[in-house]
Amino acid sequence: MLSVETVPTVAEAQAGVSRDARFFAGGTLVMRDINYGAAGFTKVIRTTDPTLRTIQSTGGSIRIGAAATMAEVMRNPDTAALAIAAHAVGGPAIRNMATVGGNLFATHPYGDFTTALLALDATVEWADGRSENLEQFLVNRDASTGVVAAVSVPRVSSGELRFKKVTRTRPKGVSLMSIAVRLPVASGGSPRIAFGAMGPTPLRAKAAESALAGGRITPQSAEAAAQVCVQGLAPADDALASAWYRTEVAPVHLKRLLMNDGA
Amino acid sequence: MSKTPVNFNLNGSDKAVFVDGGANLLDVLRRGVGDLTPKIGCSQGTCGSCTVLIDGEPHLSCLTLAETIAGRRVDTAAGLAEGPTLHALQTAFMEGFSAQCGYCTCGMLMAAKALLDRNPNPTEADIIEAISGNLCRCTGYEPIVNAILAAAASLQGRPA
Repeated sequence: MLSVETVPTVAEAQAGVSRDARFFAGGTLVMRDINYGAAGFTKVIRTTDPTLRTIQSTGGSIRIGAAATMAEVMRNPDTAALAIAAHAVGGPAIRNMATVGGNLFATHPYGDFTTALLALDATVEWADGRSENLEQFLVNRDASTGVVAAVSVPRVSSGELRFKKVTRTRPKGVSLMSIAVRLPVASGGSPRIAFGAMGPTPLRAKAAESALAGGRITPQSAEAAAQVCVQGLAPADDALASAWYRTEVAPVHLKRLLMNDGA
Repeated sequence: MSKTPVNFNLNGSDKAVFVDGGANLLDVLRRGVGDLTPKIGCSQGTCGSCTVLIDGEPHLSCLTLAETIAGRRVDTAAGLAEGPTLHALQTAFMEGFSAQCGYCTCGMLMAAKALLDRNPNPTEADIIEAISGNLCRCTGYEPIVNAILAAAASLQGRPA
């Protein structure tokens, strides 16, 4: 039997977590582990701190509290650009539970929302005050201990972020891969491309970003990006698809997304 | 290790239970208060057979830590009928042959109830979205979608 501790503030939760004591938010990852035998921890800590689920817009950026759910991201006008990625997570019941902070820690093949955050160059804010960019966070993720307080993303228009989750079944299925592309056409910044379910964490396709850099999206530049998009990715074999299959179809899906070509 | 007292409302009736640390809501409903309508399917959030409403919103009871429902309202399929009178969704499922083995039915009913409470005139696409987290391995879904359309029509007093 586990012990469950409920604390009023995020700071107290941060102080209480350890290898034996997991932080519990939406429950879609930790409760699954508990149901299947709670390997590796004896205690869960949760907090009733309302600030942990606030979505705040400040100037050009949006701070999303780590306990905000996918349903809340979909409803909030400030996070409208991310609604498509939040919608890719589970069905309505899961989206009422699954949190933004939890998705950062979701292991393969989950973490579709984090893929979109990676394309937006999100910043992860820990409850102890540390901040790091999401790409760095993901490198260290599985060895880190602590509570994530929030994620900050730049405010982007819905057209600036493109997102696609590839599944075998519709309307819902587990990711064969997800792809997020930020095309900062108006601001003149560099494009960012991230793949989910193509490695142990969501990963950037930097060679494909370079292939697009500085240019418009044309059939030629999209093809050039597609040809190199799997460089640096590390897809795994799983029950849904082999690494070989994922590697073969990733360029096709990226090209379609870049060309806004349906399906 | 001690048990924790939890008070909540189930289908309009107040309940008080003692829960073990780490117990999920599904276990409390089935073994704690004897409501067998939510079903144990995957215990990992994939199948939707344990779907219940918490304060009116669909949740998976297998992934809900029991202690988090203190002071909240839980609705299950056991609360749909009023005495001998079935809810329009139940009638439509029955008349539309929308259950074969029936294991998914209670979760489907609650996902559909959440939809109709919010959107009394859903389109077929709205319904497919609303039950997208609920697996059915028997019916091929069409009888379920049609039953929810029929129930919506019935609740609005118009022909299906």
